[in-house]
Amino acid sequence: MITATGIDLRLGAVDVLSGAQLSTRPGQVVGLIGPNGSGKSSLLRCLYGMLRPNRGAVLIDDAAIGSMSQRSIARAVAVVTQDASAEGIDISVGEFVLLGRHVHRSDYQGFTDDDRKAVLDGLDMVDMSSFADRSIHNLSGGERQRVLIARCIAQQSPVILLDEPTNHLDVRYQHEVLALVRRLKIDSIVVLHDLNLASRYCDHLALLDHGRVVAQGRPDDVLQSEVLEPVYGIEVRRLADGPHSHFAFGPLST
Amino acid sequence: MSVVVAIGLGPVGVAPPTVLKIIGHHMMGLFDAESWARTDDAIIWEVRLPRVLLGAIVGAALGVVGVTLQALVRNPLAEPYILGVSSGASAGAAAAILFGVGSWLGRESVSLMAFFGALGALALVLALARSSGRITPSRMLVAGVAVSYLLSAVTSLLILFAESAEGARAVMFWLLGSLANADWSTLPIGYLGMGAGMILVFWWRRRLDLLALGDETAMASGVDPGRTRLQLVVVVAMCVGFAVSLSGGIGFVGLAAPHIARRIIGPIHRHLIPASAALGALMLVWADVAARMVLQPRELPIGVVTGVLGAPVLVALVRKLSHNS
Ligand SMILES: Nc1ncnc2c1ncn2[C@@H]1O[C@H](COP(=O)(O)OP(=O)(O)OP(=O)(O)O)[C@@H](O)[C@H]1O
Ligand SMILES: [Mg+2]
Repeated sequence: MITATGIDLRLGAVDVLSGAQLSTRPGQVVGLIGPNGSGKSSLLRCLYGMLRPNRGAVLIDDAAIGSMSQRSIARAVAVVTQDASAEGIDISVGEFVLLGRHVHRSDYQGFTDDDRKAVLDGLDMVDMSSFADRSIHNLSGGERQRVLIARCIAQQSPVILLDEPTNHLDVRYQHEVLALVRRLKIDSIVVLHDLNLASRYCDHLALLDHGRVVAQGRPDDVLQSEVLEPVYGIEVRRLADGPHSHFAFGPLST
Repeated sequence: MSVVVAIGLGPVGVAPPTVLKIIGHHMMGLFDAESWARTDDAIIWEVRLPRVLLGAIVGAALGVVGVTLQALVRNPLAEPYILGVSSGASAGAAAAILFGVGSWLGRESVSLMAFFGALGALALVLALARSSGRITPSRMLVAGVAVSYLLSAVTSLLILFAESAEGARAVMFWLLGSLANADWSTLPIGYLGMGAGMILVFWWRRRLDLLALGDETAMASGVDPGRTRLQLVVVVAMCVGFAVSLSGGIGFVGLAAPHIARRIIGPIHRHLIPASAALGALMLVWADVAARMVLQPRELPIGVVTGVLGAPVLVALVRKLSHNS
């Protein structure tokens, strides 16, 4: 369980976040939406200690994040970052996912069969078992994204944060990955741009605009024209289609 | 095996079986001391064995240090000398040789000054590379190169001002490195210091994997990149300080050993660290044999040998890199 309240964040001369608040919800998927540059990634970075807010509190299970070691943070929170690219050394997918298990082992302990099983399970869940021996440098964008998610799963942390996990994914895997996140029933926060995906897979939505959370609640309540139009500057039309709402977007007709 | 043969080689050759007998005699009282020449005994036990052992530990340490730095700054061209540590050590040694700085330290004043020079250079690099408490790879590279140039200039200045040809030669010899000063009294220090450093690095092998994968990945797996970098850099400085103080400036081993090891065994540090240590040791022991043999009875500085052998490796490496990108 992570709770962030009253977060102010200044980077250089920019006020990136002003009084933002966001929490995980037990067993639910929380969607974080908002225009480019509204501060979604920055808020997420505050939640796993990569950025320290200038004001406000981030609590992980009631402990202030500032008082926790990197290791205990990582045990509590797994992250898929937006720009985890193919930099760095060239190792196999299996080794890469296995290194996610480092949070559970001290420096002198070797990895055990439990760790290897967690790796296999993680890869299996994202359909990447057959890639275990492939190099992480030779993956397509979508395959890499699924490997990152497998690592999160293998890490078995009680909270997962995902920054645009559907980037690079084809239509099918966009749905599969988000359906998977739902199935995990782990407290999760997902940054999404696609509002149709957000409405379909999130239990709760927070809308960020210029570093403030301007709306928060059930997807159906947040995804309203009155709420979205001032933030995105576009027109939103909701189309009813079976159990799921669909949205069509277009420029404001003035 | 390699070590036994290497001990036997030199201006005075001794056959491997005799080498084994002499070592066996000194270590375990085996064999009859009359069955070989007294001079052979002295050469093997007093000169060659400590020298080969020193070469092995220094080579291993340089190999491990190279692996560590390449992971830390995420750059395949990183090596011990890029941190400015060796220039610091050389400046310290030059000050001691030419101006008797630190002579109150006693017989080992040159080694100790080299050691302090290494630590001082490192402190400078760290001070320059820190930004808001974090050490970033690119800043560390730039700071290391800058400090390296600065301290090389200081050394040159010292040589100019000393106006002593003999002193300049001594400093030169130091800069190029040599295992000729090896003896039994300094070996334990080297083995303790560098051995401890290598064990620590191996202890942190998974942190090296994670750092080499990127800071975001490291953080996600519970490794604080800034702090881990700082800890590793201190260990590296200690190893380089010991290495330079015992054998002068020996280049290229720290660059070449990890690269060859990586080709053979892959990038996972669990395997790469021991492999680089073994290769570094092997390379330096044999480079030293070459240094003893090529211009007999004169000795080449070992830095010249490693440079001549290492340059082609570097070129091959750069060609491969530019090929890939
Ligand atoms: N290091 C930095 N220094 C100064 N400003 C920064 C820094 N990092 C981000 N910003 C600014 O902070 C704002 C929020 O950035 P952030 O990456 O959190 O946005 P985002 O909502 O994730 O956007 P996107 O949808 O494009 O991923 C942007 O205006 C960005 O330019
Ligand atoms: Mg972002």
